[in-house]
Amino acid sequence: MRICRAIAIVIAALAVAGARPAAAADSIDPDADFKAFRDYFTKRFPSVPLNDFVNGPYSMDAELRKQWEAIDDFPPYDFAVDRGKQMFATAFKNGKTYGDCFANNGIGIRQNYPYFDGKTGEVITLELALNRCREANGEEPYSYVKDEMASLTAYMAFTSRGKPFDIKIPNDPRALAAYQKGAEYFYSRRGQLNFSCASCHVQSAGEHIRTEVLAPALGILAAMPIYRSEWGGMGTISRRFVTCNSQVRGVPLQPQDELYRDVEYYLTYMGNGLPVSGPGTRP
Amino acid sequence: MQGRTAYGTALFVAAVLAVVLSAGARASAQALPGQALAFDRSKGNCLTCHDIKGGDAPGNVGPPLADMKTRFPDRKELTAIVFDETRRNPQTMMPPFGRNLILTDGEIEAIVDFLYTR
Repeated sequence: MRICRAIAIVIAALAVAGARPAAAADSIDPDADFKAFRDYFTKRFPSVPLNDFVNGPYSMDAELRKQWEAIDDFPPYDFAVDRGKQMFATAFKNGKTYGDCFANNGIGIRQNYPYFDGKTGEVITLELALNRCREANGEEPYSYVKDEMASLTAYMAFTSRGKPFDIKIPNDPRALAAYQKGAEYFYSRRGQLNFSCASCHVQSAGEHIRTEVLAPALGILAAMPIYRSEWGGMGTISRRFVTCNSQVRGVPLQPQDELYRDVEYYLTYMGNGLPVSGPGTRP
Repeated sequence: MQGRTAYGTALFVAAVLAVVLSAGARASAQALPGQALAFDRSKGNCLTCHDIKGGDAPGNVGPPLADMKTRFPDRKELTAIVFDETRRNPQTMMPPFGRNLILTDGEIEAIVDFLYTR
């Protein structure tokens, strides 16, 4: 994994240094990737309505779907949404609130994350933005994987439900490089089990591993954060990435590592146009 | 001379009998050591992706593991697949159990023994 990362860094450095600017810019085509990605899933699962992909394994398996619909009468993420709402309504010690850090006071904006920040040249995820908001207001950052972070993102997703994802990749070589690094990570095999993210969620999407159904990569982040029975609680996108890496017996990155943010950028862009469905529940 | 031949023949017959009997004993045993490895989540874990007779709630990422003697008359081929299927098929999902040291050579042999009973 370190080698992959080193290669990605070298590629990015070369691109920035302008060693192969034409080649790098020509070969990165998010629009073409987007079309190919969507075609793959819609052709492979012709009976699944496009907007249903955001429901992950439930879009693939009728029996699972029934169980989910039963659970969703009293969704286990409700506590997180309520807590997040309360946190949003509570001022920091300096009198400011989370709403002050975001457009539209943070309501109904989940679909715009992550975005590429032209000033700092990096991908900003919602989780990162929330902790930066806290730090800018003199508060300690939260753990990225669960608890408060999951509550905040649950509430923000809840207020954005149904809004189509609208991730933008500006015509900036740094944004394209971030997108490309995310894509490379997504398709690179790693860990003792030698799986890439795509092995399970593209190549084998919808198949069973024992009783579990592998979620399709199309729209896979739309339901985040999720209450996962396997975790016995809520988890963020960071938690999902870290556990995926551990499950393939690889070495996870730190939550919100630049490379994880790039993966989120790539993957969310692939799901553009699909509706926010978070917070969600998963087995 | 004739005595030696008879003795040799007897030895040969005994040896063949021993092999046949032990093979029969192995085949009829309740569970070969390889079965535990094939079903165990942290070792072979074949059942996660393959339907195998005798295993509960199999996955379906890979093909069912049945008729193994007919499909893989050459034991070396089956062993090689478990060791590292990416050599034959670079696109495979199957983890390289031998190459990545998930299973020892002995464990792979035990699993192959078991698979030939399916």
